[in-house]
Amino acid sequence: MTTRDKILADVRRNQPPLVAAPDLAVWEAKAQAKASLLETFATVAGNVGSRVVLVDSIADLKSHLIIPPDSRVLTSLPQLLDIAKDAALFANNAPHEMENVELAILQAEFGVAENSALWVTEKQMGTRVLPFICQHLALVVKSADIVPDMHAAYLRTQGSDHGFAAFIAGPSKTADIEQSLVLGAHGPRSLVIFVLTS
Amino acid sequence: MKVGLFIPCYVDQFYPNAAIATLELLEKLGVEVGYPAQQTCCGQPMANSGYEHLTGGCNDLFVDNFAGFDYIVSPSGSCALHIKEHLHSHDNEQAATGIRKKIYELTEFLTDVLKVEKLDAKFPHRVGLHQSCHGQRGLKLAQMTELTASPYSKPGGLLNMVEGVELIPLTRSDECCGFGGTFCVAEEAVSAKMGKDRVADHIQNGAEYITAADLSCLMHMEGILKRQKSGVKVIHIAEILNGVKEPVA
Amino acid sequence: MKNHAELSEVFNKDEQRVNWHDETLWFVRQKRDKATHQIPDWEELREAASQIKHNVLSDLGNYLEQFEKNAVNNGIRVHWAVDAQEHNKIVHSILKRHGISQMVKSKSMLTEECHLNHYLEDKGINVVDSDLGELIVQLAKEPPSHIVLPCIHKKKEEIGDIFHEHLGSAKGEADPQILTETARIHLRNTFLSRRAALTGVNFAVAETGEFVVCTNEGNADMGAHLSDVHIASMGIEKLIPKRKDLGVFLRLLTRSATGQPITTYSSHFKRPRPGQEMHIILVDNGRSVQLGREDFRNSLKCIRCGACMNTCPVYRRSGGHSYHTAVAGPIGSILAPNLDMKQYADLPFASTLCGSCSNVCPVKIDIHEQLYKWRQVIVKEGYGDKKKAAAMQAMAYTLSSPKVYRLAGKAGRWVMKHTPFAVNNPLNPWYKQRDMPEAPKESFGEWYAKNRG
Repeated sequence: MTTRDKILADVRRNQPPLVAAPDLAVWEAKAQAKASLLETFATVAGNVGSRVVLVDSIADLKSHLIIPPDSRVLTSLPQLLDIAKDAALFANNAPHEMENVELAILQAEFGVAENSALWVTEKQMGTRVLPFICQHLALVVKSADIVPDMHAAYLRTQGSDHGFAAFIAGPSKTADIEQSLVLGAHGPRSLVIFVLTS
Repeated sequence: MKVGLFIPCYVDQFYPNAAIATLELLEKLGVEVGYPAQQTCCGQPMANSGYEHLTGGCNDLFVDNFAGFDYIVSPSGSCALHIKEHLHSHDNEQAATGIRKKIYELTEFLTDVLKVEKLDAKFPHRVGLHQSCHGQRGLKLAQMTELTASPYSKPGGLLNMVEGVELIPLTRSDECCGFGGTFCVAEEAVSAKMGKDRVADHIQNGAEYITAADLSCLMHMEGILKRQKSGVKVIHIAEILNGVKEPVA
Repeated sequence: MKNHAELSEVFNKDEQRVNWHDETLWFVRQKRDKATHQIPDWEELREAASQIKHNVLSDLGNYLEQFEKNAVNNGIRVHWAVDAQEHNKIVHSILKRHGISQMVKSKSMLTEECHLNHYLEDKGINVVDSDLGELIVQLAKEPPSHIVLPCIHKKKEEIGDIFHEHLGSAKGEADPQILTETARIHLRNTFLSRRAALTGVNFAVAETGEFVVCTNEGNADMGAHLSDVHIASMGIEKLIPKRKDLGVFLRLLTRSATGQPITTYSSHFKRPRPGQEMHIILVDNGRSVQLGREDFRNSLKCIRCGACMNTCPVYRRSGGHSYHTAVAGPIGSILAPNLDMKQYADLPFASTLCGSCSNVCPVKIDIHEQLYKWRQVIVKEGYGDKKKAAAMQAMAYTLSSPKVYRLAGKAGRWVMKHTPFAVNNPLNPWYKQRDMPEAPKESFGEWYAKNRG
């Protein structure tokens, strides 16, 4: 008997009689009727250390960026290639060559009001490690793409066939030393969220 | 309505005044109270130590003593909870099931069955209410801080009917005192530390008296207060609600 | 080996430190309360999560097969390990095949349970723990004391000393900001130079064959995305049926754990990136046995948030190491006896049964009731405290007979000797820090006979 078969046999012998899973439709329905999503999103984002900037266009976004000279910027937005000398479109680069990326500016598919998390899939990352290894991260989301809560969020991901995707809520952080909050544990030291209001 | 009074073993032996107050209070409220003389203990000390299988004798005795009453009332949340959850009888399970449904801790009996709305009692003191865990989380005598739900407190509501009682707020309103049955000796270090911390919360918030619906917790905290030579005293809630003569200072 | 009571006594020698430990964890409990009170239907959400997990446990065989099939289709290599030893062997064989002698690892309580680091070190493989708290305890050669906050028992000055010794930070430096930056620089090099990364798994989705890893630091992602070989270790109980179930669990997990609305990163791994190998090890290690224990199977619903530890008045005053097992606190005390009833016979007794743990549990495990039930099992199986047994027999005898009880009870003589707080020790530990109650001149029974009889 293989280990696999042994485990499955042990599990089947010991598992209790079948109990149905609850219907989550009631939670999904509750998520529909929520107002002031942007306001909630921005408040929660502030609480977890993100900065929210409302912009009415990608062009408008540029005026909010302060990029130190000679810093490497990678972005998924072609309109932003002129923001820095060393700005480039992301590609499927070797992950180990991204260590010196100062700023990554990526599109997020949607945001979640209750926790300010943004859903970013591999398609928007180019290279999986990019939103984690960059020193600073900026994510762009349309205000119409902010959903109330995680139930609504997973309705949005239905059918999504990402190889990798993540909810990102705030800069990398730790409180492992005496519960003192420190931003910039291993990943980005800051997260700016540009909300496109138009 | 005939109520059987269940006085747990250590209350019988150490805190007869709490038992007398319970009896007098129920009588004042017009209840016919019987006290079966053959009673001893609910069996919890054994059961909580892992010896539930040795509680058969206690259980049978309990069923014999109390099966005939409409309600059973006890001035101990912990013992009432034990009966509610664990009383069984090999020979008379039907009677045991009945008892499990009709046993009440004193303050829940006053609140839920007698629906007491006023009390003729006076106790002009700053009082800290210790929410004993088995009463609170087991019998749901008061809302628990862990839950997202509306607040209420059966013992608190009753204390507020007593003239002059000033209920003080606590920094941690429902933390365990650390008694825990045999835990108090088997885990002496943590138990005593928990007791010291609980007592300190009451003292820091200005309590003159610490009260509770469970004497086991009060006994634990009293042991610590006395060792610290503190002027703060413990008193069972029945004595306050009964409007006892001023306890001797 | 010392038991929980003895280890707690050592921990309590420094009362100021106990106060600090208690306050720190109580602060986390308060953050949890604040977060949960912002969700009006929090209690219903807990119930939904509990029911999903109930469904999982009742159909675990099928969910495991469904997950395996989908994961394999996604290009993930799936392994099965019946116990800790087999799990460790699988990890080693993967590394060996690639000729890898260094690995970076993010938080996985399962690998603590399996003592993986020790096993690999013996085989000459270097493992670096990348979660900041885990790195600190690893450098200090200690196990984590808490499943979410691994070094919550350490003061920043002690961490400063450890970093000074191992990572070259300035002597006496204890600023968390600076110490974290030191670890960041050190670990960046580690991430960039390790070809293999091991992560834990918070949830695995049967429907899609993907798994989710939650971190605040981003260390799991740094390790996994920079590695040629990603190994994910998971207990078989981590499965959930559908991706949308994550909506329920991710709302509960971090609010319960730290009071955050969600972890910074909730990473969904479904396929290896091109050129990468991705492995999942499904580990039983006693879980299928626990599944068969009707009274205790609910413990397998645990999502490892640590809320029961933060709220536990005993844990806060005894420290995680007093539980001498990988998963400490109330949940650990109902999991550990399943693995070794003799070694962990003390743990179900390391509680006052106050019930706070069950109230904060996001999947509504009846933790304190299981502690009570484990006590019965442990005594029946003969692993109980032998000294206690005789006292319990005597007590049961006395309390079963009104006559003996009354005789013995005259003026509290018997109770003084035998009540629960005095039982089991001739030196009477009660008296160490507490006075005995005064015996009144008559018992209530005697008073009643006189006044109402």
